Amino acid sequence: MLIRRRLASFAVLGVLLTGLAACGSSEDENTLTLYSGRIAPILGPAVKLYEDASGFDVKTRYGDSPALAATLTEEGTNSPADLFFAQDAGSLDAVEKKGLLLKLPADILAKVPKHYQSANGFWVGTTGRSRVIAYGPKVKRSELPDSPLELTDEKWKGRVGWAPTNASLQGYITALRLVEGEDVARKWLEGMVANDVQVYDSNIPVRDAIAKGEIDLGLINHYYVAEALAENPKYPVKVHFPPKDLGSLINTAGVGVLASSDNKEQALGFVREMLSGEAQRYFADSSKEYPLVSGVAPAKELTPIDEIPAPKIDLAKLGDLQGTLKLMRETGAL
Amino acid sequence: MDAAAAGRALGRRLPAARVFGIRRPPLVLLGLGLAAGLAAALPALYLVVAVLDDAGAALDTVLTDRTLGLITRSLGLALAVTGAAVAIAVPLAWLTVRSDLPGRRAWATLLTLPLVIPSYIGAYLFVSALGPRGALAGLLGVERLPSIYGFGGAFLVLTLFTYPLVLIPLRGALQRMDPALEEAARVMGRSQREVFRSVVLPQLAPAIGAGSVLVALYALSDFGAVSIMRFNSFTRDIYIAYQSGFGRTEAAALGLVLVLVMLVLFALYARVRAARALHRVTPGAPRPAQPVALGGWRWPALAFCGSVAAIALVLPVGVLLYWATKQISSGLELSALATNSWHSLLAAAAAALAASLAAIVVALLSVRYPSAVTRIVERVGYAGYALPGIVVALALVFFTTRVALPLYQTLAVLVFALAIHYLPLAVSPIGASLLQVPPRLEEAARGLGRSPLAVLRTITTPLVASGVLGGAALVFLHALKELPATLLLAPIGFDTLATDVWHQTSFGFYEASAIPALLLLLIAAPPLYLLSAKGSVAS
Repeated sequence: MLIRRRLASFAVLGVLLTGLAACGSSEDENTLTLYSGRIAPILGPAVKLYEDASGFDVKTRYGDSPALAATLTEEGTNSPADLFFAQDAGSLDAVEKKGLLLKLPADILAKVPKHYQSANGFWVGTTGRSRVIAYGPKVKRSELPDSPLELTDEKWKGRVGWAPTNASLQGYITALRLVEGEDVARKWLEGMVANDVQVYDSNIPVRDAIAKGEIDLGLINHYYVAEALAENPKYPVKVHFPPKDLGSLINTAGVGVLASSDNKEQALGFVREMLSGEAQRYFADSSKEYPLVSGVAPAKELTPIDEIPAPKIDLAKLGDLQGTLKLMRETGAL
Repeated sequence: MDAAAAGRALGRRLPAARVFGIRRPPLVLLGLGLAAGLAAALPALYLVVAVLDDAGAALDTVLTDRTLGLITRSLGLALAVTGAAVAIAVPLAWLTVRSDLPGRRAWATLLTLPLVIPSYIGAYLFVSALGPRGALAGLLGVERLPSIYGFGGAFLVLTLFTYPLVLIPLRGALQRMDPALEEAARVMGRSQREVFRSVVLPQLAPAIGAGSVLVALYALSDFGAVSIMRFNSFTRDIYIAYQSGFGRTEAAALGLVLVLVMLVLFALYARVRAARALHRVTPGAPRPAQPVALGGWRWPALAFCGSVAAIALVLPVGVLLYWATKQISSGLELSALATNSWHSLLAAAAAALAASLAAIVVALLSVRYPSAVTRIVERVGYAGYALPGIVVALALVFFTTRVALPLYQTLAVLVFALAIHYLPLAVSPIGASLLQVPPRLEEAARGLGRSPLAVLRTITTPLVASGVLGGAALVFLHALKELPATLLLAPIGFDTLATDVWHQTSFGFYEASAIPALLLLLIAAPPLYLLSAKGSVAS
């Protein structure tokens, strides 16, 4: 009797959970599922552009790019996702390496310069961001270094901040290894650690620490400062594009289509929409990133992309993240 | 007679006795326990699967000085935090249960609330307030305060947001404690202080031990506070491995090291708890204790409670309120906040219910029917808590997409994930309270013809009700603020207050996270108040 009652309560629980399960799983022919490492305030309106143009619904799961890449890896071919929009090339690369992305057609790849897409055509960059040295009011323009490599100078001891767990800084170090060699990269990392570089959780705290005067310089991406300035024109942080040693390397956010998607055509349509003039314009204005499709100018307060002394590095070659992490660990940078 | 001797005496049943213990658990109970154990083992199993992908690389990752260094640092932090949490929780528990401190119930509620502040928000709040150029520096009019970053900051934040993990089980234990022993000791001429040391404290050891294990594991597996406080810990390394996008094997290997550390910690705790009778052995039921009059000590006591509350609650909440007023003036999306609150409440309550049901079974098996099997079931349960949330989330991604695809990214799987992640939070207070229930009562009911399940329902569960409630509350409070699993496993569009906070902070809108963070506290307060009101429910 009592056993039965207990079993009954378990049964009720089971029914309840199944009921809860049913709420979540409505598959629709006219729906695309998007995993986004980009945040809702930035991506949401761009998604809306596609929805209005196509009549499709897009369900977006937001998360950190690397965590979503790891999720896609675990899901394998059972992934409910049709699209993966990542904040950095490294995450897209990881998913490509697992063979989970669809090769994109030539018309899409042709829209974006070769060095802002996957070497094998599995994803395209949508917008670019430049590495910069952000600086606070205590630093004079004339003092600014020409290269991040100069930050190991005694003069900057304890005054520089970085975010070593951030994909963009890791991308920069990978590029440095590729172009200048392993020894230069190692020496730089050791020098930075020895020079008491201040470690932050991500780019925004670095920027805010400069604003508060905790530090004077920071290695971050250009648009963090552009955004802060858009909110508050008196924001006390400025950006400097260092001309030497890959100092203003351009990295991208990008998108790929899952090979396991049931809606490949529509997913490709989404990618085309993100590369359309309208969406590119939107990204340029809202997140202050550089549009990658020709004919769309960056936000007017930014240095035009051609004037940024950025090295033309093949982003697809930035895939050796593991080597970079190993080096960073060995030098105590991580 | 110890277990081994009893086993020898039973002769013929020796092999079975070794595995299942002397008292065989009812099959239904054992079955349910094994199911719960298996569910809780999923994260660890996933790590094993991932490591086996490339065992060589995994070993290379793990067997380095770096691993040793990080484990040492993390353990150092965990021990320091645990010690400090106990030092704060013991006086608070005693004052709010056994003294005539004015406003005991309110204090108990307020002093438990810091548990609900997500550690990354808490850490950020402390940096804003006490950082080198934070608000305090401004107030004091100094250029720069000494750095809060590193061990000190991580220690401070983790201690302040985890001491309730000791306070809750400890209050439960104090409420259930039989005052007769203390009274006897007092009558024999012992001073109040001596009584506390020699009579009260030993009885509280299991609850302190249980809470300490939880605090230590929390400190070991926390990512938010250590990353904002810039303390290089073992968990941070696991996250970095995941961030590389390629580091699955590496991350899994590091995760398994964490599981091993957890097993060692747990073995220590099991020693504290080992074979102690903490219940009455004579007939009769314990009375509620008479509150101790504090007299002149009332003021220092109030000052102590007040200062803990000031640092752990008023300071962070003050900053949140300040930010919130700025937000309110720029307009609020009330309907989204209401929906998100409901989602948080729903997922956390369902997780608390599921975890409590499973925990009753697991705790009962491990306390009443100790054996190799039940020990394994209980210890495996702690793996889910010792591991960072991202590991639990990915484990569920891995297994659900392979075994239960239709359920993937439904609320059911999210609730399941939360329940196994936080199972030990429910097991440990129930276990501690079970130790204070005389098995004699259960045996009598069995002798009178009740079935084992009927005994469980009608005798044991009511007697450990405060433990069950305490456990459910702990799970609820943790599930409310859980982030990694919610982001990856919730149905798309199922935003909670915690994911709302994340959305805001991931873009640097820390101030916009104030309102969802305050709502988390609001939702958590009523259950905590009810819990503190339960008083001596077990008697």
